[in-house]
Amino acid sequence: MFHWLEKNPFFFAVVVFLVIAFAGVVTILPNFSEASQPIKGLKPYTVLELAGKEVYKKDNCLSCHSQLIRPFKSETDRYGQYSLSGEYAYDRPFLWGSKRTGPDLHRVGNYRTTDWHENHMWDPKSVVPDSIMPAYKHQYTNMADIETAYAEAVTVKNIFKTPYGPEIAEGKAAFEKHFKDVVLPEAKMITAGMKKADIKAMVDSGEIPEIVAIIAYMNRLGNKRTQ
Amino acid sequence: MQSNAGMEYDYSIVKLFLWTTVIFGIVGMLIGVLIAAQLAYPELNYLLGEYGTFSRLRPLHTNVVIYGFTLSAIWASFYYSGQRVLKVSIAESKFLSILIKVHFGLYIIAAAAMVVTLLMGITASKEYAQMEWPLDIVIVLIWVIWGVAMFGLIGIRREKTLYISMWYYIACFLGVAMLYLFNNMALPTYFFSGGLGNIMHSVSMYSGTNDAMVQWWWGHNAVAFVFTVPIIAMIYYFLPKESGQAIYSYKLSLLSFWGLMFVYLWAGGHHLLWSTVPDWVQTMSSVFSIILILPSWGSAINMLLTMKGGWNQLTENPIIKLMVLASTFYMLATLEGPIQAVKSVNAIAHFTDWIPGHVHDGTLGWVAFMAFAAVMHMAPRVFKREIYSKSLLDAQFWLQTVAIVLYFASMWIAGITQGMMWRAVDEYGNLMYSFIDTVSVLHPYYVIRALGGFLYFVGMLMFAYNFYKTATSGRKLETEPQFRSPMA
Ligand code: HEC
Repeated sequence: MFHWLEKNPFFFAVVVFLVIAFAGVVTILPNFSEASQPIKGLKPYTVLELAGKEVYKKDNCLSCHSQLIRPFKSETDRYGQYSLSGEYAYDRPFLWGSKRTGPDLHRVGNYRTTDWHENHMWDPKSVVPDSIMPAYKHQYTNMADIETAYAEAVTVKNIFKTPYGPEIAEGKAAFEKHFKDVVLPEAKMITAGMKKADIKAMVDSGEIPEIVAIIAYMNRLGNKRTQ
Repeated sequence: MQSNAGMEYDYSIVKLFLWTTVIFGIVGMLIGVLIAAQLAYPELNYLLGEYGTFSRLRPLHTNVVIYGFTLSAIWASFYYSGQRVLKVSIAESKFLSILIKVHFGLYIIAAAAMVVTLLMGITASKEYAQMEWPLDIVIVLIWVIWGVAMFGLIGIRREKTLYISMWYYIACFLGVAMLYLFNNMALPTYFFSGGLGNIMHSVSMYSGTNDAMVQWWWGHNAVAFVFTVPIIAMIYYFLPKESGQAIYSYKLSLLSFWGLMFVYLWAGGHHLLWSTVPDWVQTMSSVFSIILILPSWGSAINMLLTMKGGWNQLTENPIIKLMVLASTFYMLATLEGPIQAVKSVNAIAHFTDWIPGHVHDGTLGWVAFMAFAAVMHMAPRVFKREIYSKSLLDAQFWLQTVAIVLYFASMWIAGITQGMMWRAVDEYGNLMYSFIDTVSVLHPYYVIRALGGFLYFVGMLMFAYNFYKTATSGRKLETEPQFRSPMA
């Protein structure tokens, strides 16, 4: 049979395809719908937090940080309750990472605060002298892309039924209203905990720097998922 | 088998891919050295403003060495050996002649767009699948074109039986196509929100645990179908052609091929041990990772035994040296991987530097060595010139071998040290080390790794120079060399 296949490339390709596709079907499909269920009370990310998640992706924090606490005592002692599948239900993409050059961040919101991040992201060595994490000063001057984050919220609401309220709706007008009524006030709550005057001034003038968004995102990682 | 005599093959596309192999190799490895050094000396993060941080550059390193360096080498090898084992020239078909130009042109455009977008931080953030949706579409197009070229050549072939290498190229084409398509399923948010935001942005079709499953089904098998399958295709062709030895066992190649096809895909879950994916999936992936040793070692042993009776060539021919050491590193990496996939070992190894250490056993020792050997075998036949310098090739081989040892030894130690420190507890059961303790202790190993990477990069430059000189000013050859490549 193998000899026959070697002379018949088309059937050869078909057989190879079936053989390699098999494992994916068997391992991924059975748990697919169960694995997408949220834990009770899980709230979707706010638009500001989604924008922060985009900064997290853009500056690729996941190249050094995991968001997956494994069920070992040494990990739960260090980071808190081990991670549950349902906590990730609104994470598109998943951001587990594969390398822990820095600590896990899945519950960092439980033990780090806005002002701590403000100092640490500006210059990690000033907070932890031996740190090898890069400083992310450009996040204090680059503006977060709130509109794209809003577009993402609209998309996941419409397509995946992520439970956002009626204020998340298509179109520019809905976005501008949401920005003014919800996103800016939320950003001001973050800057209230920060010291840098120029950041406060930017938000007061209606612009949101990346650092504000990423802090909002990091504050959310932890118990605030369900609060 | 008909004889090769009188066949003229069309190497125009092979030459182009040979050059891009060398260029992407230099660029990708240079970035690799930089990011390795950044972990030892964080000040190096600020050379290029926001574009020069470790985190921005790391995906650039992986993407350039995978999709630049490795894919170029694979395609050069495919278009070279494909014509020869099928006994057909690309020039015989007008359609294929044009198609391969489109293949190369689109590839260069995609590569340039990849570098720019990744530097800007436009990323889907899934490992080895960072490129955003417009690039994904171009990549799918390139892949389809390659498929058409491959099956087009097969369609007009004179040699009816497909040689072993062709099995692997076909599998590479199908495997990557399937995995890439499923893993990159994403919705461009601009079109689902009434025209809001950045048009490049997309959101994954899968969430959380499911996304992780699909990603590592891809991630692991990108290793399978880019770093393993086509590289085996290369060695099955180039080792017998360079050594003049016949493949040791046809049965073993058959067993290894079908075994690899069936087993590899199950093992993806071993990237997710102790995570929130179902326990049975984790255990299955562990078990299949162990079974994977069989087909992997099957291929490697088949290669090593092919040299039976011809081991003297190992001392005389640096190209043979490269290929034999590549097989050996393949054996090492395919033993190391399954060990790391045992759940109790994984509990310590996962998230540590032992993992990149393992990857580089495979990529530096197996993939790149095989690529260097393939390029050096093709160069004299494609450019019809003698290889510029044997001693340079030899020196490169030894330098890079030392470099790999520095790399993996330091990363083994670093990984296990850190893994043990994370879990160490004192007599009262409290954690002994703060996280930063487990970072500071790694400094010397990061320095050694960066040094290893630097030496490997120097070897890459030696290789590039040797290649450049061969292509432009090597002594002209009258007839195509049979077997052993001529070197000055
Ligand atoms: C080169 C690897 C690296 C990158 C990239 C990196 N970090 Fe870190 N990070 C570290 C290290 C090492 C530490 C531990 C030392 C410290 O606190 O600075 C750390 C610590 C942290 C902490 C403190 C966590 C805790 O429990 O104390 C936070 C928060 C953090 N990083 C956020 C980020 C964010 C956000 C990004 C992306 C913008 C990022 N990091 C990118 C290496 C990195």
